[in-house]
Amino acid sequence: MSRNLILGGALSVLVVIAALVSFVWTPFEHTAMNIPAKLQTPNAAHWFGTDHFGRDMFSMIMVGARTSIAVAFVAVGIGVGLGVPLGLWAAARQGGWVDEIIMRGNDLIFAFPSLVIAILITAIFGAGAVNAIIAIGIFNIPVFARVTRGGALPLWAREFILAARVAGKGAARISVEHILPNIANLLIVQATIQFSLGILAEAALSYVGLGAQPPTPSWGRMLADAQTLVSIAPHMALVPGFAIILTVLGLNLLGDGLRDVRDPRLRVARV
Amino acid sequence: MLRYTLKRLMSLCISLAIASLVIFAVIEIAPGDPASLMLGVNATEETLAALRTELGLDQTKVQRYLAWIGGMLRGDFGMSYQYRTPVSEMIAQRLWVSLPLALYALALSTLIAFPAGIYAAARRGKPGDISVMGATQVGIAIPNFWFAMMLVLIFAIILRWFSAGGCAGWDKGFFAAMKSLTLPAIALALPQAAILARVMRSSLLDVLGEDFVRTARAKGLSRGQALRRHGLRNALIPVLTILGLQFSFLLAGGIIIEQVFYLPGLGRLIFQSISARDLIVVESVTMLLVFAVIVVNFAVDLAYAAVDPRLRART
Repeated sequence: MSRNLILGGALSVLVVIAALVSFVWTPFEHTAMNIPAKLQTPNAAHWFGTDHFGRDMFSMIMVGARTSIAVAFVAVGIGVGLGVPLGLWAAARQGGWVDEIIMRGNDLIFAFPSLVIAILITAIFGAGAVNAIIAIGIFNIPVFARVTRGGALPLWAREFILAARVAGKGAARISVEHILPNIANLLIVQATIQFSLGILAEAALSYVGLGAQPPTPSWGRMLADAQTLVSIAPHMALVPGFAIILTVLGLNLLGDGLRDVRDPRLRVARV
Repeated sequence: MLRYTLKRLMSLCISLAIASLVIFAVIEIAPGDPASLMLGVNATEETLAALRTELGLDQTKVQRYLAWIGGMLRGDFGMSYQYRTPVSEMIAQRLWVSLPLALYALALSTLIAFPAGIYAAARRGKPGDISVMGATQVGIAIPNFWFAMMLVLIFAIILRWFSAGGCAGWDKGFFAAMKSLTLPAIALALPQAAILARVMRSSLLDVLGEDFVRTARAKGLSRGQALRRHGLRNALIPVLTILGLQFSFLLAGGIIIEQVFYLPGLGRLIFQSISARDLIVVESVTMLLVFAVIVVNFAVDLAYAAVDPRLRART
């Protein structure tokens, strides 16, 4: 197993465990304010220190992981749920008008500056986790449609697909029973990458106040809170920053590792 | 090439038309009446109606869309509801911050990424390559607005080399203005440089495996000479494509960095206009950014096709 896979897997599992454990246990109540204990640097009682309201940053990071994962997960789900069927359909009708419309539509979404549109959507329809998910998820659709189509097209020329057609199976059934299992690895790798991009996007939206709203903790908003206090309490910016970096790094390494496992030829070229 | 250009030009126009429709539709659904927002709760029905007529809000949606598009084609972006000044003037003013910032960041990103990518490719598999690739992995994972905060902490608050925010303005001189854009440009550039360095490396490695590089080695060139004389130029094609795409990302992506540094650019204009429900400004700035992205992508496509004839044949 590659180093990337182990390190990436370990980091990702750590974040997921932190998020899951936060449902049943956090060192402190993440919303509990304790003004006398505000702006403490990391210490034995508060492992990651406290913020300007004296809230325990470790607990907030744990619960914030939940928000990040939930937003990114559903956004990837939207991309997979809509993008994969579209890509399969386009590949099954290669060169036809369905293929043309789907791919041109995808080109169009790609041309939009995603961040600007995400800000527009959340600003117009109201800030909040649900709108953030939709804004991020829309841009995952063309990514998955393209990857699915790209993976499916060469398969349609293979003998085993021909055999399935001779056996009388329709395009839809072939797509689900034969194409999909063969491109699953490809989609899993892409999902890990989109997941990490989703976490970055959620952090950016929350940072400008358009993501999850208080009292739901989110890493991006923790950074926004830290901005004016960064000179007197740098840990307020460092802690959520490192949480984001390690999570995204973990997912990217995991994606790379999975790709290497899928295609051993790449192992040499990639570090 | 002409046929390819025309085909791409047509798809550019369709993209722009659909983009404008989407933006207009999104803004139309937005709750809140700009007229009552401007006049406050005490406004009478007559004054509200008068203002709606003045702003053109009483026209049908189709009329308003056509008026908006027609105006933009003539360079008239309408009048800001909030400041009662032409939107085009506001945009032009802000563009003097956003555009130099994007160009500055692009230059920095290239200056960092090219040497890093070439170095890694030349030392493939060795510790130097592994360190550079490790650094790029971290660079991609860093949110640029967090990196911006760290730059402010270190270079503005602790070392006091730069100001923590704001823009000196071009009337204070070129260097003063560039200095105030330096930290934002670095914050924008570094994550992009990480991506670019990886593309540069893999593109170079692809080229170095080609027969013509082997021929160059066989006639006695060292690995470095072969890389410089034959590898680099060929490896640049995909790199330039990514570079073009990054410019549009930097222009649009600057909007969050502008928030961190309180820069009076397009990004801050969007945020201020959104909170003031100054929808005509939001609409026009968004359209301008989408326009910039689509046109840059178009230019990149054309440049790519001009260099690589295989691409023209395919589409």
